[in-house]
Amino acid sequence: MSKKILELKDVSKIYGSLKALADINLSVNAGDWLSIMGPSGSGKTTMINLIGCMDTPSTGSVILDGVDISKENAASLTRIRRDKIGLIFQQFHLISYLTAVENVMVAQYYHSMPDEEEAMEALEKVGLKERARHLPAQLSGGEQQRVCIARALINSPQILLGDEPTGNLDEENEGIVVDIFRRLHSEGVTIIVVTHDPEVGDVAQRKIILEHGKIVDDINQSL
Amino acid sequence: MFWRMIIKTLVRQKSKMLMIAFTVILGVSLSTAMMNVMLGVGDKVNRELKVYGANITVRHQDAALMSDLYGLTEGLGVNDKFLYEEDILKLKTIFWGFNILDFAPILEGRAILSVKGRAGTAGEVSLAGTWTEKHAILSTGEELNTGLKSLRTWWEVEGEWLGEDDNNSVMVGKLLASKNKIRVGDAVTLTSNNGAVKNFIVKGIFNDGGNMDEKILMTLPAVQELMNLHGKISSIEVSALTTPDNDLARKAAQDPRSLSPDEYETWYCTAYVSAICHQIQEVIRDGVAKPVRQVAESEGTILNKTTLLMILITILSSIGSALAISNLITASVIERSQELGLLKALGAYNWQIVLLVLIEVMMTGLAGGVIGYFLGIGFAQIIGQTVFGSYIEIARMVILIVAVILFFVTLLGSVPAIRYLMALKPTEVLHGK
Repeated sequence: MSKKILELKDVSKIYGSLKALADINLSVNAGDWLSIMGPSGSGKTTMINLIGCMDTPSTGSVILDGVDISKENAASLTRIRRDKIGLIFQQFHLISYLTAVENVMVAQYYHSMPDEEEAMEALEKVGLKERARHLPAQLSGGEQQRVCIARALINSPQILLGDEPTGNLDEENEGIVVDIFRRLHSEGVTIIVVTHDPEVGDVAQRKIILEHGKIVDDINQSL
Repeated sequence: MFWRMIIKTLVRQKSKMLMIAFTVILGVSLSTAMMNVMLGVGDKVNRELKVYGANITVRHQDAALMSDLYGLTEGLGVNDKFLYEEDILKLKTIFWGFNILDFAPILEGRAILSVKGRAGTAGEVSLAGTWTEKHAILSTGEELNTGLKSLRTWWEVEGEWLGEDDNNSVMVGKLLASKNKIRVGDAVTLTSNNGAVKNFIVKGIFNDGGNMDEKILMTLPAVQELMNLHGKISSIEVSALTTPDNDLARKAAQDPRSLSPDEYETWYCTAYVSAICHQIQEVIRDGVAKPVRQVAESEGTILNKTTLLMILITILSSIGSALAISNLITASVIERSQELGLLKALGAYNWQIVLLVLIEVMMTGLAGGVIGYFLGIGFAQIIGQTVFGSYIEIARMVILIVAVILFFVTLLGSVPAIRYLMALKPTEVLHGK
């Protein structure tokens, strides 16, 4: 049986009078591919912020690889995020004045040691070795998102966390990114993706639907 | 990677960094100029103030005592007490001899004045024998030019000054000359109390604006011969470069013996007017040297105020630079908030982000500081030439002071940006909120 990599226990997040997440309970095993779907304002981004150690819950526990991160301070959350999470953003967020390979190396630098050869290998895995010396502005949207995936994978995180990773991509590039996810999943990488796109949500092994801060559906799609 | 990010950021943000560098250049150049002028201005201001005359008077100790006790400036016990002419040049041998710029001996006397071609006499008048323009050779072989002419730069002279060897000429004070209708070129006769009679030609009439205007100025040998006081002088006027008094100097002026050995050494080796007076007394037999308080204190006050003004300009320019740097850095950091938030999301600690931004700013500041320093030296020389007519000596310690100021100004200017960075939440910038 797979190891439990993430567990949310009675998690709520409250902003003033707004309850963004309400008593969420969720378990994710290592190697799972989970998509989180739901309409705007349903709490998807809040959930990804909690799982990505960028925020802490108002109540409840978020247990990541056996560690309750809900009580950790900002520095500890940074360390855990650096060691265990690989982030992919809808808007790519590449550093504009660094080349593709340098953008990957930045994540290495803040994790341990930059290694250009290793960064090139990560780009090769997403099919961008030839574009490694290009600046983000010289890359297409799909290519930029692939650099973002390479950057997220470079430190071998325990969870690859995507926030609308295909939201800014055309159909062709969306397909390329989904294929990469498929391959990573087959290699045993845990993937959690927040998406609006049913096509992306449907290819995941499991899908949960959020509405008004609550999980209204939890579908195992691998069956 | 760190340096690659720094260099690429500097290149990418070159217009902002140039603005920061320009701000630093302005601040540092002003600070450098002011501090160099401030450190070099003491001597310059003092030299400028020397036009107001001597700041130390040396008299015989008994005459000084009568003056201190009874306010007597002439009469028995004052006029019959003399210093030795042969001691005068010893002034330049004291520890602070280099700071003694000019000096002139004075021998006071009285004589009956008669103007040739006029009946009767003009009565008894005061005489002052002095060195007007003395060229002397010290025992060390060093040559110097000194005399009353350098100490009375404000005199308006009709005719000419007495020369070094004008033993048959006199200069007459303006009041005395007008009272007796004496003109340049007139012949006068002086008869001393001991019966010596000598004829002189009036070479010049001077306007002192003080009690000298009622006196006759002569060469020292002429008065000594007339009064039969060979080798004697009444007093010495000394113009010295001095350091403004502080508590130590005031304590020493009361009684140098009250100082501890360390205090004494500090005081003795600083050009306080009291220390110079003390050293003068060590070489002038029976002499008591006293500062002319009005002049000495004015010099100190002006010097202190000038220094204060320069310090204020330095502080204000530093504050101005810090504010400008603060605005520029904060604007730059806000502009880069997505990038810096991303670094946090990728695992950078707050201190790593702050270090990244600080190094960028410090490098820009350093470049601006180097340019500003050399520009400041140029400004200092312009000020020196314009105000004092000479170059300002470059003080090496200014480099250290400017470096410290630059460091703290840049650091203080970065505080708002640092606070912003510390509070920056990656979730807010990365989700475009």
